[in-house]
Amino acid sequence: MHSYMVSKMSSKMVGSNNLAHARRMVQQLRVEASIERIKVSKASADLMRYCGENAKYDPLLMGIPASENPFKDKKPCTIL
Amino acid sequence: MGEMEQMKKEAEALKTQIEAARKAVGDTDMASAASGVAPAPRVQLKTRRTLKGHLAKIYAMHWSTDNNLSSLSSIGVFRLMVSASQDGKLLIWDSHSGNKVNAVPLKSSWVMTCAYAPSGNLVASGGLDNMCTVYNLKTPVIKTVKELDAHTGYLSCARFLSDTEILTSSGDTTCALWDLETGKQKTVFLNHVGDCMCLSLSPDMNTFVSGACDSLAKLWDIRDGQCKQTFQGHTSDINAISFYPSANAIITGSDDCTCKMYDLRADQEVISYQDAALNSGVTSLALSMSGRLIFAGYDDFNCNIWDSLKGEKVGVLSGHDNRVSCTGVPEDGMCVCTGSWDSFLKIWN
Repeated sequence: MHSYMVSKMSSKMVGSNNLAHARRMVQQLRVEASIERIKVSKASADLMRYCGENAKYDPLLMGIPASENPFKDKKPCTIL
Repeated sequence: MGEMEQMKKEAEALKTQIEAARKAVGDTDMASAASGVAPAPRVQLKTRRTLKGHLAKIYAMHWSTDNNLSSLSSIGVFRLMVSASQDGKLLIWDSHSGNKVNAVPLKSSWVMTCAYAPSGNLVASGGLDNMCTVYNLKTPVIKTVKELDAHTGYLSCARFLSDTEILTSSGDTTCALWDLETGKQKTVFLNHVGDCMCLSLSPDMNTFVSGACDSLAKLWDIRDGQCKQTFQGHTSDINAISFYPSANAIITGSDDCTCKMYDLRADQEVISYQDAALNSGVTSLALSMSGRLIFAGYDDFNCNIWDSLKGEKVGVLSGHDNRVSCTGVPEDGMCVCTGSWDSFLKIWN
């Protein structure tokens, strides 16, 4: 646990009516159970393709030439 | 059988059903699927700027967007960012020069989050005051435009959808969508049973994900207020969360010392970023533009760089003298910023 500014709350009681809480929990589980899932192999393939297609646009991955790096220190200008 | 008993039985049956459905599509994991992908290059970034100006721990930072690129003809286009510190200030920085552009004094110095509106007109902050305060940067003198006051716990994170809507997460276990014209909550997102610590907006802004001290990440529909999916796997507080740029996956960072990727369409964890030698909690994370690199800030003063597909550590940003509390990559992906309890921000590329 972080030694945060205050200690975090844990397991807050949701509602004072246990039955209402149980009903809400079941309703939520019904929503979550009903979704369509795709295979991890397909999900992974799509993610790998996304990374592959966008790698060339990723400066931190590809490296930034010094001449195009806005954070590279420019030579100081002298006013003559 | 009483209704309570019935509900319990149905809940157990549904949980079993969900686990079975996840297993049925769990034909591999990301690292195995990516075994043929060329490794990411060893990433060695240099500190390009050290931003000095805060007098106490930095808790948060946020980059301005491409909508708000500023230009001064002598310097060229530069990119702004906001940082928040326990010294009771928000500072707005020109990242290219390292200069401070604005300072916003806070009523409460116990700040935990800050945010830049996409337009660049507004910034927000909040923390132990339980409020989200919104400031207008474009008036001749910076003005407080709203104090959003309804959470009953600390404000852990805020993100603008626009100049008229903002999302917040709170230690009161809820997240909320606020109307900035009325100052009222439009929607409250109820389902976590632990303090909400972080949130991330989807690229299309129709959904967001939250991470909480109940070790769960949840996906929410912004308009109907419903929790659509819940992701398990972490064994402690989730302190950081981000959508992958493809919008089909999320990355989380936790006090359990790991980061994880959850795929939204497979509805499960697909890879864990961890190392036996790493036993510090993850405080923050940011992704490179393609998503390939994860920059994760840790309690051990470092920011580790992970290959998001292969699960390998490919670099480290060392240089802070205290916990890395926040990280951010701007929209153009040209650098990564780390902020620390050592009171400095560093820009790396």
